[in-house]
Amino acid sequence: MPQNDHPSLWEAISAGGDASRELPQRWLNDVAGRVILGGLAGGSSLGQPQRRFAGRSVLIATSDQLRAALALIELDGVARRMVLYPPGVPTEYLAPLARIAEIDAIVSDRPPAEFGDIGADIFATANAAVAPAAPEQNRDRKTEWILLTSGTTGIPKLVVHSLASLAGATKHGGAIGNRAVWSTFYDIRRYGGLQIFLRAMLGGGSIVLSNAAESTADFLSRAGAAGVTHISGTPSHWRRALMSPQAHRIAPQYARLSGEIADQPILDHLQAFFPQASVAHAFASTEAGVAFDVTDGRAGFPADYIGRPGLPVELKIEDGSLRIRSNRVATRYLGAGSAPLAEADGFVDTGDMLEQRGDRYFFVGRRGGIINVGGQKVHPEEVEAVINHHPGVQSSLVRARKNPITGAIVVADIVPKPEFSAGPEILKREILDICREALPAHKVPAVIRVVASLDVTAAGKLHRARA
Amino acid sequence: MSVRSTISSQFAQVAKEQGKNLANLTDQTPLLDSGLDSLCFAIIVARLEDELGYDPFSTSDDTDFPVTFGDFVKFYENAAK
Repeated sequence: MPQNDHPSLWEAISAGGDASRELPQRWLNDVAGRVILGGLAGGSSLGQPQRRFAGRSVLIATSDQLRAALALIELDGVARRMVLYPPGVPTEYLAPLARIAEIDAIVSDRPPAEFGDIGADIFATANAAVAPAAPEQNRDRKTEWILLTSGTTGIPKLVVHSLASLAGATKHGGAIGNRAVWSTFYDIRRYGGLQIFLRAMLGGGSIVLSNAAESTADFLSRAGAAGVTHISGTPSHWRRALMSPQAHRIAPQYARLSGEIADQPILDHLQAFFPQASVAHAFASTEAGVAFDVTDGRAGFPADYIGRPGLPVELKIEDGSLRIRSNRVATRYLGAGSAPLAEADGFVDTGDMLEQRGDRYFFVGRRGGIINVGGQKVHPEEVEAVINHHPGVQSSLVRARKNPITGAIVVADIVPKPEFSAGPEILKREILDICREALPAHKVPAVIRVVASLDVTAAGKLHRARA
Repeated sequence: MSVRSTISSQFAQVAKEQGKNLANLTDQTPLLDSGLDSLCFAIIVARLEDELGYDPFSTSDDTDFPVTFGDFVKFYENAAK
């Protein structure tokens, strides 16, 4: 291992023993093909010297994960900051986010004109292949890794991590072996997927990257053909995979669930479908990092995880929600005037509510009733605001309903105004129409009930039952 | 209405609501080729639970999830027994 306390990602990848022998056998696989890690020892995907990015704040905004992965490996330790820009962020947020992150260099395969407003003076075309180039030797910088939050309404927050905080969990939880072939249904530009990418890179393995343009069936076939041994996804990803005729194409030793509540049926289904695999479910968040893995095949987690001293991750419960303190926690939110990410005592409030039943804790939903539909978060108030536009609506309550396919779906209870006389079926149809007009599909209530009244708490607020 | 026709009409209804092109459903049609996405299936399962009174995805001891439309119908028919 290198003497450096904080080796860069490339140094960590290339220092794994006899690099000249191992690296040619390690790769990143995407729809377009595979890139051998060994190629980066004398090459680059950026089309210009890595040194040009020294001290820069780099926006990595590529169309696929392969190009982003190569840029991360090449620029960690060189750039001052790397912003992992995931797909699906509304275009109007690009310029303000770039301003907050002080972006002065861009790596992308999209046309430079798309980034015209940002004013970065370096634009590198991201390639999905490596061309001969001399790699930068000076990789001493502690590069900031910036991830975007997904759970907030409006503009995402920028969460500051380092390779050290991101990699904190990769040494624990086992299941890392040389020659492991990792894969994930996630995008590696999100926390859950990035964990898997780093496990592959730091643990001596290879990785099969998913691709938004590919069907579940084709992805499973490609992962199977590549000999995937370790694979992760949300419970929703897994439910979808298990409904694919191609699910038998993979035979992992290790199957991991995270990002949503893993219930007992999906754990049982996964274990029955892959009897040879160890099935683990994990809790992690972008801000709080990886908290724990559960490997006993049961939903929830052992109650004695809470308050146990001397572990790398400390957990406590306050006001019903899980709080986490560890060296895997993010440093801060980027931007002047941002709220602190952690409490004064260093604990991060995850907003995930817990309930104890016997010797286990179970997640019962999000504080404030945020609904997680297959990994996409929905604020009930946002949907209620749209529904309440309908002139026939007196009040509405939007809440989560448990669902075996996406974890939860959005449902709405509506109290009509007495003067609305067209009847409940017309009202439901008109509300659905305005919701479809104003909201993406996962936020549109799947079931609408017309009711006489809504429960109101003593404080006069709508009673938001936990999911 | 039979379980099968209840399911067929929910597939059609949800496809229409979500603006999806529903494939011509036979027992051999793979669910993932039906033209519906995960959200559509989530809605179908919720509506079927309201109509039929049960949700075999949450309760069934079957270790295999349905893969084809025919499996899906059988999954519900078996749970009804």
